[in-house]
Amino acid sequence: MAVAIALILVAVGSVAFHMLSPWWWTPIASNWSYIDDTLIVTFWITGVAFTIIVLFMAYCVVRFRHRPGHKAEHEPENKRLEWWLTIGTTIGVAALLAPGLIVWHRFITVPANATEIEIVGQQWQWTFRLPGHDGRLGTVSVRFIGPDNPLGIDPSDPAGQDDVIVEGGELQLPIGRPVKVLMRAIDVLHNFYVPEFRAKMDMVPGQVTFFWFTPTRTGTFEAVCAELCGLGHAVMRGRVVVVEEAEYHAWLERQPTFVRRLAAAR
Amino acid sequence: MSIASGSVDGIPAAEVPDVELYHPRSWITKWVFSQDAKVIGIQYALTATAIGLVALVLSWLMRLQLGFPGVFDFITPAEYYQFITMHGMIMVVYLLTALFLGGFGNYLIPLMIGARDMVFPYMNMLSYWIYLLAVLVLVASFFAPGGPTGAGWTLYPPQSILSGTPGGQDWGIILMLLSLMLFIIGFTMGGLNYVVTVLQARARGMTMMRMPLTVWGIFTATVMALLAFPALFVSAVMMLLDRLLGTSFFMPALVEMGQRLNHEGGSPLLFQHLFWFFGHPEVYIVALPAFGIVSDLISVHARRNIFGYRMMVWAIIIIGALSFIVWAHHMYVSGMNPYFGFFFATTTLIIAVPTAIKVYNWLLTLWRGDIHLTVPMLFALAFIVTFVNGGLTGLFLGNVVVDVPLSDTMFVVAHFHMVMGVAPIFVIFGAIYHWYPKITGRMLNEVMGRIHFWVSFLGAYLIFFPMHYIGLLGVPRRYHEIGETAFVPASAHTLNAFISVMALIVGAAQIVFLFNLAWSIRRGRSAGDNPWNAASLEWQTPQTPPPHGNWGQDLPVVYRWAYDYSVPGAAQDFIPQNQPPAKAAE
Repeated sequence: MAVAIALILVAVGSVAFHMLSPWWWTPIASNWSYIDDTLIVTFWITGVAFTIIVLFMAYCVVRFRHRPGHKAEHEPENKRLEWWLTIGTTIGVAALLAPGLIVWHRFITVPANATEIEIVGQQWQWTFRLPGHDGRLGTVSVRFIGPDNPLGIDPSDPAGQDDVIVEGGELQLPIGRPVKVLMRAIDVLHNFYVPEFRAKMDMVPGQVTFFWFTPTRTGTFEAVCAELCGLGHAVMRGRVVVVEEAEYHAWLERQPTFVRRLAAAR
Repeated sequence: MSIASGSVDGIPAAEVPDVELYHPRSWITKWVFSQDAKVIGIQYALTATAIGLVALVLSWLMRLQLGFPGVFDFITPAEYYQFITMHGMIMVVYLLTALFLGGFGNYLIPLMIGARDMVFPYMNMLSYWIYLLAVLVLVASFFAPGGPTGAGWTLYPPQSILSGTPGGQDWGIILMLLSLMLFIIGFTMGGLNYVVTVLQARARGMTMMRMPLTVWGIFTATVMALLAFPALFVSAVMMLLDRLLGTSFFMPALVEMGQRLNHEGGSPLLFQHLFWFFGHPEVYIVALPAFGIVSDLISVHARRNIFGYRMMVWAIIIIGALSFIVWAHHMYVSGMNPYFGFFFATTTLIIAVPTAIKVYNWLLTLWRGDIHLTVPMLFALAFIVTFVNGGLTGLFLGNVVVDVPLSDTMFVVAHFHMVMGVAPIFVIFGAIYHWYPKITGRMLNEVMGRIHFWVSFLGAYLIFFPMHYIGLLGVPRRYHEIGETAFVPASAHTLNAFISVMALIVGAAQIVFLFNLAWSIRRGRSAGDNPWNAASLEWQTPQTPPPHGNWGQDLPVVYRWAYDYSVPGAAQDFIPQNQPPAKAAE
């Protein structure tokens, strides 16, 4: 009987904890409420399955526990029941997968009007690069990386001359405009993660990765590193400040461009 | 009389009866360099338990750091990373894999299929000693300059071989890779044994579809391990070459701390693909033996045939096969081609179907059973709860887009601990309570067993269930402290402290278990040959504990499957597998 009570407590307690505990995701600040919706659907389907299974176990433990004279039923197979359960499960799994794949398609389809920006990870700080007036980012290579050129921008590429470089501090983004975040790492793996945006992607040395999102509310959001990158992993922090469009442009004008940096260094 | 006179078609008859071949000649060959699979199994189990205790202590240390950051300032970030890395690697490879396959596989396969021993006993012995060497090399890294590697158990390059990671430019990573290679060599020797023994050495009448599910689980897992471990082996070799000879398998051109390194053209993602091509099957290499064993525990202690045996066998095989085409679900946010996500999410969720069938069949075995709430049964029930819980959160992480916010957070840590930490370990506990009487001839103490069960079950659930919600908040894994972070409320720190206290309590309960194991060898109630009235063959040995050679003069003959419980019309509520049909009806 203690076992049945414990099982019931586990089932009911888990649901109660889910409903009542103060620990839940951060309020969303991007267009990815689709992801939240899919998560909620998943919580519902799995929560119902878990509760039913554990409560059924509790029922069995009470109803079919050993008593003098009680005997188990010998029933090697029940094809019909097994098929029904298989079909039911397949439907449940399809109900989870289909919306998941639809939202994933959205997640990897970047809108044509998205602004490209770049985030570069290195042990243990973030650097941001935004396109200048030409709206394009210049080409980069590891071999150009040096004290004056931390991101390795090709000095001979005209597109790179007006690129804006923001080191160490914070990234500002305008509200309501889709952003395609291009990501690079120059030493080890990193992952730029702002929980309020829901989206994240690893940065891999030797390649460029991406994700996109649209900021949907203004405010300051803390970014953490979500891929183990060595001793400073936990202190590799950054900030993203989402502001109104005009404020964003004013901020952008104040940032040094690649050419100005090089000139200042000489 | 010449022995050759008994020859048939010119082939001489055996010079001695086959049982005589199995007698060890001295104490050393009986207990140390033993070729008896049962002794080798126990050697594996004891070694795995010993190194597992190291992992347990490491988990305490990390929980102290996580629950009470800043209080235990002898734990530096570097040490914290070394603790998580070694804890993870020990638990997954050196404990779970070794204990299920090397321990239970060795002890149970020959007994359950009616063989005298593994087919290659000498190689089986080598397998254990190479495993022991692998463990010693692993332990040596704790004492090497720079300490063990702190790269995380996934050992992702480039960081694992660079100076920003503990052990990256010291001995740590080198010893780790060497130890893994040794482990794989040792495992391969044992694994070939298990496979060939199951295929070739079954007793008369023991068809494949009469084997207990324990054997099916271990057999399938071993086949998988033989196919999956080579991927880890080659990636270990390649990483060693990158680290020692400056090759660039996994190393692109990069700048470390302002210094351009001499690598160019390699791919960090290549390592991840190789690692998870091993790593995902590895999950099932641990899970399938647990599935098999728990099926038998439930059937025996509910006095009912396992429900849907054929479906259970096919589910094991299908899960084993599918698990080779789901690996990249560990890499949804790795930067691989995003279109892979569609394929791997689909295969991953398909695997949920045969897995769910197994859960249903366990439940349907309980249903209309005659449930004896023995300690093995309690652990089997706890397994179902934790496995279902952890399996369902797998549906979050496997469904590519849902994984995006959760990946690399504490949600993942909670998920895999529940599903491949807690759940299989509960099966190990249940299995030890179940087979200890066969191994030693004595029962484990019931009271200590129940204390161990209740603290472990409720405690482990209270550790890992709330942990999911810390991940949902956005707290990343592998942080030695989350510190001042805007999105983490103060209450989450309280929850972390609670989890740490529970971890210490659950850990302490394991001491009760270990004490029970030692105490009951001499003080335990005498068990007899078949204390659970089980039908499978290992309980029908003429002697308990079974001597080398297992069966005395004559091998058993098998007439039925392992699940004839509560058969209508039978005298007892079980019919042993080796009981002839005529006698069973009496």
